[in-house]
Amino acid sequence: MREAGISLAGTLIVFFARFITAVRGRWDGVAPTDEQRIYFANHASHGDFVLIWTVLPRRMRFATRPVAGSDYWLKGSLRRFIGRDVFNAVLIDRDPATRTSDPVVQMTGALDAGSSLIVFPEGTRNTTDARLLPFKSGLFHLAQARPNVALVPVWIDNLNRVMPKGEFVPVPLICTVTFGAALSLTEAETKQDFLARAEAALLALSPKASTP
Amino acid sequence: MTMPHPDLVAVLAGLLAVLIAASAIGYALQRRLSPDGSNAVVENLNDRIRAWWIMVVLMGLALIGGKTGVTLLFAFCSFAALREFITLTNTRRADHWALAAGFFIMLPVQYYLIWIEWYGLYSIFIPVYAFLLMPIIAAARGDTEHFLVRIAEVQWALMICVFCTSHVPALLSLDIPGYQGRNVLLIAFLVIVVQMSDVLQYVWGKLLGRTKIAPRLSPSKTVEGFVGGALSATAVGAGLSWMTPFTPLQAAFLALVIVVMGFFGGLVMSAIKRDRGIKDWGHLIAGHGGFLDRLDSVVFSAPIFFHLVRYGWSTT
Repeated sequence: MREAGISLAGTLIVFFARFITAVRGRWDGVAPTDEQRIYFANHASHGDFVLIWTVLPRRMRFATRPVAGSDYWLKGSLRRFIGRDVFNAVLIDRDPATRTSDPVVQMTGALDAGSSLIVFPEGTRNTTDARLLPFKSGLFHLAQARPNVALVPVWIDNLNRVMPKGEFVPVPLICTVTFGAALSLTEAETKQDFLARAEAALLALSPKASTP
Repeated sequence: MTMPHPDLVAVLAGLLAVLIAASAIGYALQRRLSPDGSNAVVENLNDRIRAWWIMVVLMGLALIGGKTGVTLLFAFCSFAALREFITLTNTRRADHWALAAGFFIMLPVQYYLIWIEWYGLYSIFIPVYAFLLMPIIAAARGDTEHFLVRIAEVQWALMICVFCTSHVPALLSLDIPGYQGRNVLLIAFLVIVVQMSDVLQYVWGKLLGRTKIAPRLSPSKTVEGFVGGALSATAVGAGLSWMTPFTPLQAAFLALVIVVMGFFGGLVMSAIKRDRGIKDWGHLIAGHGGFLDRLDSVVFSAPIFFHLVRYGWSTT
């Protein structure tokens, strides 16, 4: 019964996301295969991982867990149901002062159990005019801990216009989710170099990167 | 539900025959010219034929479903078209409520008015009420940057995608003496003439096209293609007069009007695409691009066709 409810909620969310955004996945650098991956994406809206989830082939969807802030997703029973049960999110405490478990350990645990991950290395939603906020170091530590898992940059376009921060009625607009070529941490690469390279790889997928 | 009119059954059977023939030709071409899927023209043709199947089946179901079916189908087409159009505009945060109102209030209200056949209101609801309300909502948010441009874009999006498109189901509200119960065939006539015109212009253009009409807007449109397509689509329209309340001559005249408006509709919508630096409005219909790529000619011809028929033949 509970399982059926979770599956139904997941299907409804995907259907709603399609209705509003007609979202299309563009696999420009990698193919949609079963390989274990860490997808890292730009973060402008709470719907970001919903869109990535929607364009993933169904069988990959349930093996791909978003990493999200527990402060948001544990507040209220509906959010808890969607975040923890439907999306099976890896919920991390973003506040170093209160947290009891290390986020990188939580994420590597999920990887070791066979899941792929969706992470937002900016650490928070980008509500500025800059296309991308500077990456936090989590992505580097994760890459260091599991160097064999491919890191795939994912650019989510237009969702910030569909549902800007503070609005609760979405405006239907067409969104695209672009998957770029995988990268991995090279030996002797410093944290700074690696994060700069990852940021550049993600920015290169933004449509505005190609038009002046 | 009552049985569909025999004429409608005949039309749908005819379309089915055309599609089966097209699929057979597409299959033969693919076997001969593109067995490994390398010939882009053949692959695109087959994508288009597959999409045509879906469109004809949906359209057929809607026509059999009568007023409710047709109204729902075109309401959805409006929604998808508006979504494509607004995606390309310069809207800002402050337009959020105006846009949401366009999608979730004005669009449904317009189609509801069509459904209850309130001509006096649906013919002014968008050009008067929505056009005044949208800038009011946007102004209330206080952002003046590019205000006129933003308002104009949203208003025109509503005009094209909702107001004009809704005149297709509005054809069902016309009351033509001796033609009761067959109004869905007017829609079939409009859509068949428009789409045949697009296909025939393409074919004539490929065969004889030399002189470009508007190279900056649409490099594939030629004088020869347009004249050949317009004349042959007009002939098709005249040949379809049996399913309309028109004499063959009247049917030819209306078909010509539809074809010319459809042609200019395509040209205008191309100009917008050029301005925004894109090739297609969307990607939802394989081989055709987006909904607006397929609807552009229907959009421009529907309201004109509606009014000509209303003033010439209808008693309402």
